[in-house]
Amino acid sequence: MAYRPDFVERYVIDKIVFGILSPTEIRAMSRVTVITPELYAPDGTPIQGGLRDPAFGAIEGGERCPVCGNTRLECPGHFGRIDLARPVVHPGFAPKIASLLQATCRACGRVKIPPERAKYLLAILRRLRDRWPKLADNLVKEIEKEAASRMECPHCGARQYRIRFTRPYYFYEERPEGSVRLTPIEIRERLERIPDEDAELLGVNPKRARPEWMVLTVLPVPPVSVRPSIVLETAQRAEDDLTHALSEIVRINERLKKSLIQNSPESIIEQQWELLQNAVAAYIDNELPNMLQLVHKRRRPLKTLAQRLRGKEGRFRGNLSGKRVNFSARTVISPDPYISINEVGVPYEVAMTLTVPIMVTPENIEFARRLVLNGPNKWPGAVHVYKAREGIKLDLRFRQNLKQVAESLEPGDIVERHLMNGDIVLFNRQPSLHRMSILGHIVRVMPGKTFRLNLLVCPPYNADFDGDEMNLHVPRSPEAIAEARELLLVQKHILTPRYGGPIIGGRQDYVSGAYLLTVKTRVFTKEEASRLLAIAGYRGELPEPAILKPRPLWTGKQLVSLFLPEDFHFKGRAKINAGDLSCDSIECFHDSFVVVRFGKLLEGVLDKKAIGAEEPENILHMLALEYGHEKARDFLDRVFRMFIRMLELRGLSISLGDLEIPEEAKKKIKEVLDKARERVLELIEEYRKGTLEPIPGRSLEESLELKIIEVLSNARDEAGRIAISYLDPFNDVFIMAKTGARGSDVNITQMAASLGQQTVRGRRISRGFRTRTLPHFKPGDLSPEARGFVRGNFRDGLRPTEVFFHAAGGREGLVDTAVKTSQSGYMQRRLINALQDLVVTNDGTVRDAYGNIIQFRYGEDGTDPMLSYHGKPVDIDRAIEYVRSAKQASG
Amino acid sequence: MSLKRKLEQAREILPPSIYQELVEKLEQARDLKARDKEKVVDIVVRDYIAHMVQPGEPVGTVAAQSIGEPGTQMTLRTFHYAGMMEFDVTLGLPRLIEIVDARREPSTPVMEIPLAEEYKYDKEKAKEIARRIEYTTLEKVITAIDYTLGDNVFIIRLDPEMLEDKGVTIEAVVAVLEKAKLGNVVVSEEDPYTIYLELSEKVLPPEYLFDVKRYNDIVAKLKKLYIKGVKNIKRATVRCSEETGECMIYTDGSKLSEIIKLKGVDYTRVRTNNIHEIAEVLGIEAARNAIIEEILKVLQDSGLDVDVRHVMLVADIMTWTGKVRQIGRLGVVGDKRSVFARAAYEVTTKHIFEAAIKGEVDEMLGVTETIIAGLIPPIGTSTVLVGAPAPSNAGGEK
Repeated sequence: MAYRPDFVERYVIDKIVFGILSPTEIRAMSRVTVITPELYAPDGTPIQGGLRDPAFGAIEGGERCPVCGNTRLECPGHFGRIDLARPVVHPGFAPKIASLLQATCRACGRVKIPPERAKYLLAILRRLRDRWPKLADNLVKEIEKEAASRMECPHCGARQYRIRFTRPYYFYEERPEGSVRLTPIEIRERLERIPDEDAELLGVNPKRARPEWMVLTVLPVPPVSVRPSIVLETAQRAEDDLTHALSEIVRINERLKKSLIQNSPESIIEQQWELLQNAVAAYIDNELPNMLQLVHKRRRPLKTLAQRLRGKEGRFRGNLSGKRVNFSARTVISPDPYISINEVGVPYEVAMTLTVPIMVTPENIEFARRLVLNGPNKWPGAVHVYKAREGIKLDLRFRQNLKQVAESLEPGDIVERHLMNGDIVLFNRQPSLHRMSILGHIVRVMPGKTFRLNLLVCPPYNADFDGDEMNLHVPRSPEAIAEARELLLVQKHILTPRYGGPIIGGRQDYVSGAYLLTVKTRVFTKEEASRLLAIAGYRGELPEPAILKPRPLWTGKQLVSLFLPEDFHFKGRAKINAGDLSCDSIECFHDSFVVVRFGKLLEGVLDKKAIGAEEPENILHMLALEYGHEKARDFLDRVFRMFIRMLELRGLSISLGDLEIPEEAKKKIKEVLDKARERVLELIEEYRKGTLEPIPGRSLEESLELKIIEVLSNARDEAGRIAISYLDPFNDVFIMAKTGARGSDVNITQMAASLGQQTVRGRRISRGFRTRTLPHFKPGDLSPEARGFVRGNFRDGLRPTEVFFHAAGGREGLVDTAVKTSQSGYMQRRLINALQDLVVTNDGTVRDAYGNIIQFRYGEDGTDPMLSYHGKPVDIDRAIEYVRSAKQASG
Repeated sequence: MSLKRKLEQAREILPPSIYQELVEKLEQARDLKARDKEKVVDIVVRDYIAHMVQPGEPVGTVAAQSIGEPGTQMTLRTFHYAGMMEFDVTLGLPRLIEIVDARREPSTPVMEIPLAEEYKYDKEKAKEIARRIEYTTLEKVITAIDYTLGDNVFIIRLDPEMLEDKGVTIEAVVAVLEKAKLGNVVVSEEDPYTIYLELSEKVLPPEYLFDVKRYNDIVAKLKKLYIKGVKNIKRATVRCSEETGECMIYTDGSKLSEIIKLKGVDYTRVRTNNIHEIAEVLGIEAARNAIIEEILKVLQDSGLDVDVRHVMLVADIMTWTGKVRQIGRLGVVGDKRSVFARAAYEVTTKHIFEAAIKGEVDEMLGVTETIIAGLIPPIGTSTVLVGAPAPSNAGGEK
């Protein structure tokens, strides 16, 4: 874009009025009448009166527009026209033409409603139109129906006939002598006769759209800038589809003109007229039903006007609702636990391509000079300089004398400098399903080719590092930069409005690390403790050691406590608080009840429930809500590094050995599975004999299946329980499952005991051959192993049939996800479209764009879910606790 | 200021439920002195105000995202209710789509019918009512209808077991047949479960005596004969709660307007998952609540955590006009005044042609329209229109 420093936003669109162009308007704005389908003369210059007539506007560099005298940068392009030899119906308006013809008198053109009643209806319609447009539409439909049903004109008494409309543009009048096709000329005459008031009554605004304008007599031809031609490598010109369609129209139109002059036979004229009608209709919409499509060579249908607008890649959804942008970058992401959650690591290459404009002031002129001296290829440098006084743009990539440019800088100039540390950028990962999919990050330029991301920010983006790519955008205006900093910064989105809880937090190794750090059995020597605290950037004194003899030792809980605010209190269950380790109160032997008093983690291990992402009402949540996101960010940036360092000190890994269970356990599992199999066979036997008790409202077969599934699923769970009870509770697989870091009891069961029943569509696998799943089984075999029950486990391996069943179940899962994403994506699009105008206004009501009140108070209590305690606006228990503790503290 | 006056003031500000909770919890905290309690009230009021939404907050978009985003994590298939093996009920994403689509009829309509005091602890009595509710036609209680071509006598063979199960007496069947006025009804003397139906000439004129189609039509008509029950209710089963011992009727199919009129039904607690029925019978406010409850139920069953406020907003935009509107082209979006907003959504060209005819004006007030025109949407920070004159000596804008 040309650099125009004096450019100021002067005009803002207030409203846009729709209407139909009248022939007069079309002629008035036309600068050229197209009379030949030829585009270029043999010497390559555009033909006068052709579709590339110079009067359509300047498009080539250096060219001056013969109409406005501008070059291609300023010339907006000019319309031309085609004077149609015979009128044709505009296909977009054909349905309306049909109802207009049906509702008005064929002789006098009045709407077929008695004058008194028409006046009354018009008054109602006028009142409805502004406030209740939908009702006005319905009224119009009723009026049309009423008028169409009258077979005698209440004004002139003329006899009426039914009008039949066949898409896309055929109209027939059912006269007593038979069905007669109405020509566009006749149609136009009839529409002309409709008086303004009557048109209004039929839902046409006569000021902006006289009914007869729906039948075209002259066709506007858009300027060339709307239909640019491209020059192929072979130096040939390829014209735009619109130009092709228009030249087809001109060709037929000229032929028709000639036929008319030559007084050709009526049948020929009619045939050509029909062709013209078809070509014009196709030019407007090439996907009309029952119509010949205009096609290219090789049968590709032309993309005409309607096709440009419609659909996902059309003008509306593809270019107007969603726009392409500059100043953006995309590359693979990779993790970096040692940058802040607010930061993003940006490769030098990217930083030297993306630029931020800074205005030179007396204060920063030295800095700006240094940037210019560095030039475009040395970071931190500058790429462009806009000289305010001269009004020119200097591209430093093509200038050797950087020194001279640097010296010539003066206040008011603008330097496009490289992206630098501390700049804010927007970082985004698709699919952008919620507002946390685009966050503001502070730039940190570093070596490498990937964007670096703190692992704690993975949950809001739903990102991982198996090849994910992300986009980065640079806000450039002061307003955009300010908004990004104040509203989009990562730390301001630790809490999600979806459920009122933290969405940023630990996952996987962070959780295991937190657990291993704070578990009771773990104590640290001074050196170890110092190491852990060093990585967290702790600068203060070590606390009093928890154990003094034989040597001073510190607990992990002590280390974590150093980062908690002194008046912080917290109580809650840990994730491991389940099964054998469950506790209901703070007197907990298993260390599974987290208690923080006065900023000291007194008991309880930290795991998923305490520091995890997407776990409402945990420590992070309370910190972010009560101490602010700055404090929460600080906690995330420091303490979580300690968790990772903890794992680095101890190591975390799993092996086959972790899943090995003793022979005794295997025997027990076998017994359980055998017993279940026995039971299923019994059920099948009962079913065969007809003694099976059916579940009310279910058929016998369904009952059998339901019962079998129940038995087998219980057996699997039981097998899993046995396997888990024999596993070492301190092995890493177990730790990960228990703390919520990764995997679940089901995963362990599947690895160590049995995969269990595989299902397709919620049923046991039953398809394949006619009465059996695989040729390994007898026909009609209903036994567990023949219907997808997998006894084997991942550790010992599966039998061939089991592999097949497992794959069948797994495939269904994949298909499911694929189908689900498209369905839920469409649902979300509809929800967004329906709800996006709703805003909380200054009086606390929720209103739509037109001021209609949707809710008198948002959510009935006016609470922002993002700032809630998992939905509740206040936590009274915590308030009481605070007051009580404060009292205690003061004595 | 005394605690009492503090509470009075808090009452003005806090929502009733929070106020109630506050009063109760303060009462329980006996170790706190009045001064401390005042501090608690202060904190609660301060927090409540601090946690209010700010004007300009795009709550609509946030609600749409909060409900749409977890959509990918939902199940696609139909599942059984936990512990309720009788029916399949549509859950997960398909059900959610069904609700926002505002379909006339859910794909699996079900009702939950509590009973009046005198019936609800007696399973037999409950079953009795269930039988009355279940839509029963002749087809359900017979084994066969036999006929011989050329003969105008149809032999209807009843199924004793089904008669018993549905609680239908032979007399009732006879009465139904007689009421249908098809001809003479005679119960066989040897076997009470066989009924002869001698068709009158009006129903089977002699010239049709060998017309198989005619016979089949009559058989079909006979099978459809209504014996008792409520239309649409395909099945009704009784289940009794193990804790309270209360028996409830669960039905496959829904017909709220009829069910609430039945004797023995506790009409104050009857539920259905058909939102349109609720809107028609109980009004739009009830429909709004039903939408909220149904959406929450779907989300909870899928184990998803979504704040009620978002669901309420969806329910409100669907119902605020007084009619249940769909979220989509034929409802909320289609009713938008802006031409551009509609054109950018679906069936682009149709909206533009219609707008031209009507001479519509797009006032560029909504989000879609403003984005299209390159304006700033009136949302968030742009709801505040404050400008400062640029210094006159500014060297130039960017």
